[in-house]
Amino acid sequence: MHKITLPLNDDTIRQLHVGDAVLLSGVMITGRDAVHKWLVETFIQKTTLASEEDLRTYQALKPLMEGGVIYHCGPVVAGLESKNYRFVAAGPTTSIREEPYQGEVMRHFKLKGVIGKGGMGAKTLVACQEVPGVYFHAIGGAASLIAQTVSRVLDVYKLEFGVPEAIWVIEVKDFPVVVTMDAHGNSLHAQIERDSKLILDQLLAQP
Amino acid sequence: MHINLTEPILELIRRTSTDLPEDVEMALKEAFAQEQPGTAAHSALEAILKNVAISRTNSTPICQDTGTPIFFVHHPEGWSTRQLKEQIRNAVSMATQKAYLRPNAVDSLSGKNSGNNLGDEYFPTIHFEEVDGDVLTIELILKGGGCENVGAQYSLPNTSLGAGRDIKGVRKVALDAVHKAQGKGCAPGFLGIAIGGDRGSSYMASKEVLLRHLGSENSDVALSDLEKRLTEEANQLGIGPMGFGGKSTVLGTFITNLHRLPASYFVSVSYMCWAYRRRRMIWQNGHATYA
Repeated sequence: MHKITLPLNDDTIRQLHVGDAVLLSGVMITGRDAVHKWLVETFIQKTTLASEEDLRTYQALKPLMEGGVIYHCGPVVAGLESKNYRFVAAGPTTSIREEPYQGEVMRHFKLKGVIGKGGMGAKTLVACQEVPGVYFHAIGGAASLIAQTVSRVLDVYKLEFGVPEAIWVIEVKDFPVVVTMDAHGNSLHAQIERDSKLILDQLLAQP
Repeated sequence: MHINLTEPILELIRRTSTDLPEDVEMALKEAFAQEQPGTAAHSALEAILKNVAISRTNSTPICQDTGTPIFFVHHPEGWSTRQLKEQIRNAVSMATQKAYLRPNAVDSLSGKNSGNNLGDEYFPTIHFEEVDGDVLTIELILKGGGCENVGAQYSLPNTSLGAGRDIKGVRKVALDAVHKAQGKGCAPGFLGIAIGGDRGSSYMASKEVLLRHLGSENSDVALSDLEKRLTEEANQLGIGPMGFGGKSTVLGTFITNLHRLPASYFVSVSYMCWAYRRRRMIWQNGHATYA
């Protein structure tokens, strides 16, 4: 079991391999569908004009993302009215929807870690080798368990995207994950998909 | 009839979101016992079972994606479905405020989240059916988006899978759906399968069949055999919990058969994640009991 404190450095990343169990501690942000689309269109491809507030948010996010980790998560949050926010349930969402964006976001922000579930594709795997970075798989659905590792909610951006889609800045302690895509070009997901396809073909050949 | 069921329905939602049914938890425990200690599959199931216990104790959602609330209301004659609908919608909104549900209703064009889980006529989804007797039953399924996204509908024949318009073809496309899902539907999962119908009724029936309990026998012998065979063969794929690899990929299969048009042969597969949240409320003699 590796214990890692964020932010990530390149040596730590290169020591990680597919299959490694890791406990993460430190500050990270959440971000999922709306956030990835917004980041890429507003700050990377610049097909959407950035508002002044967008630019302020960008400056605030940059230091959090450099060497940092983004968590694909749409949490259940208590204390919305008092703004005394607390994560109640916070498991990962399916990562593959961010595949069109993730590599670009990693390169632009020097983002070194992605947490989600279900794994990602070839583009993100290449970015993991280049940046370098790593994909951490959290346990899908283990929302109450993971919420207990979120010790504090430090801030929130883009709440207008809705509670699940906002950027929550959180501090975690011993957040349990498994490395399923590493900086050496290995993906557990690609391997399982290939292996299971061979078995599927055998089963389909049976009457 | 002026009975207000808002509070009992709120309790139904709380239980569904936070308290995993016993048969599902048993199946997860059996799967855990089968996986090799020290593997990622084993520790994933360990975390899942821990999470189930924490959620029950603390009354917090098992999964943060509390899904589309799908209600099936079986009411005796004389109940107003308009009033029941209003009470269900109020209960859903209250459950969201109490953080039993995540605000999940998003306008598809503006992207705006309604904040209270109330959307258009289809959100939450409510099905009404009038029944004999004096017992009102409300069943609720919470089905998250991850597993909903890996659901699949096939139109047979399917040449690339060699699937013809018969039960052998059904088996082939169902296995393909499990392979395509990999771990993305939060394996180990459960399959609700409808054969026939039109596209709409077929998907609908593939969800309704998920109300069945694990271990319940299908009265149709051929379908019962296929249910067992599909579960066994899906596990041979080795996808495992979360797609980490392992022995437990699918823990149960339920199949239903609908009439179809001569021209159509649909097979709809609704993949249910391990967080198989379904509960029932029975309202009789002015009291609610839950199962």
